[in-house]
Amino acid sequence: MIPELGQFALALALVSACVQSLLPIMGAARGQTLWMRSATASSVLQCVLLIFAFGALMWSYIVSDFTVLNVVQNSHSLKPMIYKVAGTWGNHEGSLLLWSLILAIFGAAVAVFGSNIPLTLRARTLSVQAWISVGFLSFMIFTSNPFERIFPAPLNGQDLNPLLQDIGLAIHPPLLYIGYVGFSIVFSFAVAALIEGRVDPAWARWVRPWTLAAWVSLTGGIALGSWWAYYELGWGGWWFWDPVENVSFMPWLLGTALLHSAIVTEKRNTFKSWTILLAILTFSLSLLGTFIVRSGLLTSVHAFAVDPERGVYILGLLGVSIGGSLTLFAARAPAMEGGGLFAPVSREAGLLINNLLLATATGTVLFGTLYPLFLEAITGDKISVGPPFFNASFIPITLALVLVMAVGPFLSWKRADLKGVLSRMKAVMVLSAVGALVVWYLETGGPVLAVLAMGLAFWLLCASALEWARRVKLFQSGAWARIRRQPRASHGMSLAHIGVAVLVMGATGASAWKEEEVVFAEPGTQVSIAGFDLTFEGVENVRGPNYLAQVGSLVVTRNGEPVTVLYPERRSYPVAGTSTTESAIRQTLAGDLYVSIAEPAATNAAGKWTLRVIYEPLINFLWIGSAMLVLGGLLSLSDRRLRIGAPRKARAPKLATPAE
Amino acid sequence: MKRALAYLPVLVVVIIGAFAYWGLQGGRNPAEIPSALISKPVPEFALEGIEGVASPGLATADLKTGELTLVNVFASWCVPCRAEHAVLTRMTATQDLRLVGINYKDRADDARAWLEELGNPYLAIGHDFSGRAGIEWGVSGVPETFIVDASGTIVHRFTGPIVGDGQRRFQEALDKVMAGS
Repeated sequence: MIPELGQFALALALVSACVQSLLPIMGAARGQTLWMRSATASSVLQCVLLIFAFGALMWSYIVSDFTVLNVVQNSHSLKPMIYKVAGTWGNHEGSLLLWSLILAIFGAAVAVFGSNIPLTLRARTLSVQAWISVGFLSFMIFTSNPFERIFPAPLNGQDLNPLLQDIGLAIHPPLLYIGYVGFSIVFSFAVAALIEGRVDPAWARWVRPWTLAAWVSLTGGIALGSWWAYYELGWGGWWFWDPVENVSFMPWLLGTALLHSAIVTEKRNTFKSWTILLAILTFSLSLLGTFIVRSGLLTSVHAFAVDPERGVYILGLLGVSIGGSLTLFAARAPAMEGGGLFAPVSREAGLLINNLLLATATGTVLFGTLYPLFLEAITGDKISVGPPFFNASFIPITLALVLVMAVGPFLSWKRADLKGVLSRMKAVMVLSAVGALVVWYLETGGPVLAVLAMGLAFWLLCASALEWARRVKLFQSGAWARIRRQPRASHGMSLAHIGVAVLVMGATGASAWKEEEVVFAEPGTQVSIAGFDLTFEGVENVRGPNYLAQVGSLVVTRNGEPVTVLYPERRSYPVAGTSTTESAIRQTLAGDLYVSIAEPAATNAAGKWTLRVIYEPLINFLWIGSAMLVLGGLLSLSDRRLRIGAPRKARAPKLATPAE
Repeated sequence: MKRALAYLPVLVVVIIGAFAYWGLQGGRNPAEIPSALISKPVPEFALEGIEGVASPGLATADLKTGELTLVNVFASWCVPCRAEHAVLTRMTATQDLRLVGINYKDRADDARAWLEELGNPYLAIGHDFSGRAGIEWGVSGVPETFIVDASGTIVHRFTGPIVGDGQRRFQEALDKVMAGS
């Protein structure tokens, strides 16, 4: 009964979305206030219906209702409860439902909290949002119904892919989706502004919190995914330039550009058509991501059930939404430039360079990701584009970005004094040069590029810290009061920029100075790596709730002193018929000692195990840097000026002093 | 000019869309990357043996002996090769097969220690330290195994370790080649 109610709610949500996609926008065109206001009711209704539908599917998972095909294919009665719940979105249909739900939540949020947005713009935005909803809801209902029943009902399910039975992966998709889909509302704002034919600083101010919220989630989602790959897959890597990773990374890169160009539109009333274009393209790349993951177009380690028919449907959806919005852009955008002029050296110019570099980086990743498809279509050759291409093309762009990023916040709007800024940064230059030399001294044998990258990371770190300290006059009395008084967005920026520096250090350390040993071990075998001595003690069999595990134990010592004991596991899931690697990691700030164990090799290797021992220097800087990015974003989001629906304070002019 | 430029993003999207539509047609399997060398004679190459290992080196002429030969590309640093090694050893023991190896981008000491530890089923091993011969053979990664027929023509290329399901698929391919010759 519950699944039928869920399906019914899904159908009603589609009807509601259809109404919402037409009525408010027609009202805006004809000046019918009542029609425009209907958007609030319909978007809230659509949201409530989808919450119900999603709840119904989750219910089916929780009670293990094996009359529902989706539950049969992805769950099992013995699975721990948290993964039963997470199973709801661990598959194609369920994740699509989650996607639609988030889409509706963002629409409803704009309807409820957007009372400071002019009625016509809000009505148009919500209608555009509903167009996207109609596309996805109809796709779900007609091609991938999550509530499909099965008869006769099997006694038990086929279990969720055990790789996905992990806490990191239980949260990773929802966060990633909030990020992806969050950009939909920015897209809707952009299309609504194009229809309206007006973009002004107020528009940019309304758009920024939504962009920021989406960006924060996407950052968290990507970082969690990378973390999951690092400790669950047992390959000891954290980024593989896999097509599916790339498609989540591209909206992030372009979203970052959007975040910065929207500031210029807000403060200086310029870069308008560029900001609009970025808003459209960022969401387009999110859609492209959905398409690539679900169509089997490119080869990847991630894949949902692949079905070309679904692929054609999503491609059609993409064609209409992306092609349509960009055509609208082409027709309207040339008419709306103007705004403030600026000198070649200024905050505006700095942000322009930032945008150009980020857009180039996005273009590079897009080209690398789609190149195998292009080549196969034209010449018939099948190739795969891997890390060498991305490392050679993406890293230099990033390094240039880091170089410029340190200087940017020092520049003033309209016209800046580059000489003055650089002379203020003398100490930073010296510090980063010393830092690079120290790194070079410690790791002489390593790649030169890594030393350069570390130097640039120091440069960004010190410059951001210096800029913050100067801004709040840290070493003069009353600094705490000044810190409190300054807009939180400006502190958020400093924190996020420092986060990037930390991230670059982590990425450099973990890729350039990684040490790896693979041994064929039997009890008593010793391995030495990065100053640690590991002794393999043996393997024990352990029973888990829905798996059997073989747990190895390794005693770790350094200079004869005991450090720790590591227990890497190999789990096999009899129901799903697969096995996973649970690596054991000793985490320290300096680096991780990482051990994974693999199945014993064939016959003549009885009693032997393949151990992979990896030392990953600075890897935790990656997670710390990502956390700083997220926190910086959240700090900015909590800024009163951006707070959604916050009442305007009486002393607003004082708060509006540009301090970023 | 500016107006025309504004249509550029649309153009890019249309092009990508057209490629994507093409990509969805037919039974493509993007994960399958075939070798360009199938039914071509083995490439010209000549490799020394590994220092300190009894097996002789390997050259093009060794593959035109009038007998079917398996050419296994391996390395001591490659984990799946360890797993595969036992299977290959068993296959040479139970079936009448001529197995030769190309030791790919490996230090002689490491390779020797590896062979001493696991045993040496190879009749000949070419030491391809620079990876030059690997390029000639179009090797994309280790392990990889080629089936070369009596006349020295490459008839099959198998990527990945010959274990488990891979072993079954490899054996099928091998049986087919044997039945045909």
